[in-house]
Amino acid sequence: MTPLLKVENISKFYGNRIGCENVNFDLYSGEVMGIVGESGSGKSTLLNCLAGFLTPETGEVRFEMRDGEMRDTVTMSEPERRMLSRTDWAFVHQHARDGLRMNVSAGGNVGERLMAVGARHYGNIRAEAVDWLGRVEISEERVDDRPTQFSGGMQQRLQIARNLVTGPRLVFMDEPTGGLDVSVQARLLDLLRGLVREMGLSAIIVTHDLAVVRLLADRLMVMKDGHVVETGLTDQVLDDPQHAYTQLLVSSVLQV
Amino acid sequence: MSDYNFAYLDEQTKRMIRRAILKGLAIPGYQVPFASREMPMPYGWGTGGVQVSAATLTPDDTFKVIDQGADDTTNAVSIRKFFEKTAGVATTEEASAASVIQTRHRIPEDELREDQILVYQVPIPEPLRFLEPSEVETRKMHSLEEYGLMHVKLYEDIAKHGAIATSYAYPVKVEGRYVMDPSPIPKFDNPKMEMAGIQLFGAGREQRIYALPPYCQVVSLDFEDFPFEASKADHACDMCGATDSYLDEVIMDDAGNRMFVCSDTDYCASRRKAGHVGAQGTPFEETAA
Repeated sequence: MTPLLKVENISKFYGNRIGCENVNFDLYSGEVMGIVGESGSGKSTLLNCLAGFLTPETGEVRFEMRDGEMRDTVTMSEPERRMLSRTDWAFVHQHARDGLRMNVSAGGNVGERLMAVGARHYGNIRAEAVDWLGRVEISEERVDDRPTQFSGGMQQRLQIARNLVTGPRLVFMDEPTGGLDVSVQARLLDLLRGLVREMGLSAIIVTHDLAVVRLLADRLMVMKDGHVVETGLTDQVLDDPQHAYTQLLVSSVLQV
Repeated sequence: MSDYNFAYLDEQTKRMIRRAILKGLAIPGYQVPFASREMPMPYGWGTGGVQVSAATLTPDDTFKVIDQGADDTTNAVSIRKFFEKTAGVATTEEASAASVIQTRHRIPEDELREDQILVYQVPIPEPLRFLEPSEVETRKMHSLEEYGLMHVKLYEDIAKHGAIATSYAYPVKVEGRYVMDPSPIPKFDNPKMEMAGIQLFGAGREQRIYALPPYCQVVSLDFEDFPFEASKADHACDMCGATDSYLDEVIMDDAGNRMFVCSDTDYCASRRKAGHVGAQGTPFEETAA
């Protein structure tokens, strides 16, 4: 079985400082990978390199295209990469405002990716948008409301609907539950877990919240100062941490 | 003549503008940046159109200016006089007699010929501007042909109003490649853009020139289930009785009486001259102003 995403020797430097260095991993279809670490550990830098927002200094990010060919997304041309990022890829931002058009209705937000890949039938676009709003538990009557009229949790769910509408195969998530209160977080996680299982999505989730990866991720990668210090199955890493930093991280979680 | 260089601008500037025009004609619908000059009129009054006209005019040309279809409004009269004074070219109000027509927000009703040039005044050349404020981003979207966002605007129209409510500056796709703002002409005029004449667009404040060569394919964007419709007021001209022209609605008094008249004054006058009379019109008289 070939991996969906093969990351080899990714390094990104900001001047003399290290963003992330020599990161390697494979991600298989249907697998959810969690990346945890403290602020400044390079996890967001890594995610942005993988998603094409930053260009890494060294390394390759090879992605299995729909025709089965493995292509390096770092060196591929910009139109191809942008095409990927609105079809096969999705990116869920921490702040919904970064991922939504705030002055366009919820329906328009969900429909944008469909129109970007050539949908030109209003009725079908709208039906699809309403269907997706339903899947993320936003009622149909809100379809013409703007995201500014939504609560934080609804905005985040809308952003997820907007990203998943074209049926991507790989989803990047940057702290998808950051800034939400715990009960809203729990529902969002429940929703995400359902969607990931139902659609067989592969996902890479960056977070500092260990509960999130415990629920969602199959595998875990722990980062510190731009380096990967530990990888393994989520339960294994969290229940029996080997690296000193991972032990610190796991023991830092408040037990309520 | 006067002490002005022919058509006001110096020769170097006109050459620079002509290069931009030629590039625009070679890449239909592409916005060519140019070094827009200060003109003796405020931005928004047609500084782009005037510069393109100045670079296009030759001493043998006959020049016509229309503003919303009319030859007799302030903007049209001033620009016509400007070129009478600085270029000494012949001017006319008759569309068929003109070789260069500068227009603000209309296309003449009479079909243009191959030997005619239509110059548009453009306030905002970027059709994506109100959807994506960054010029860096919109230029990238043009170069990569990412036009999904344009349909988001039309989607919002239908969601809000039940139909595509955009009635002017209706976005078009040129030769299957560039999405272009046709300047704020009514969408009634959009189908006329596939014409025999050359069309040049000048945006002075925004420093852009773009162009359509003759018989260029110009398609108005729409949805399969909400097709483009070239709409006009459902009425006949009250002066000349024309049913095929674009109409202005004029409020006549405080009681709410109104009349509909052709926005193209030359078209209306020539029809009246030929003996057509509308519902509220009087027969044409030679002495009438």
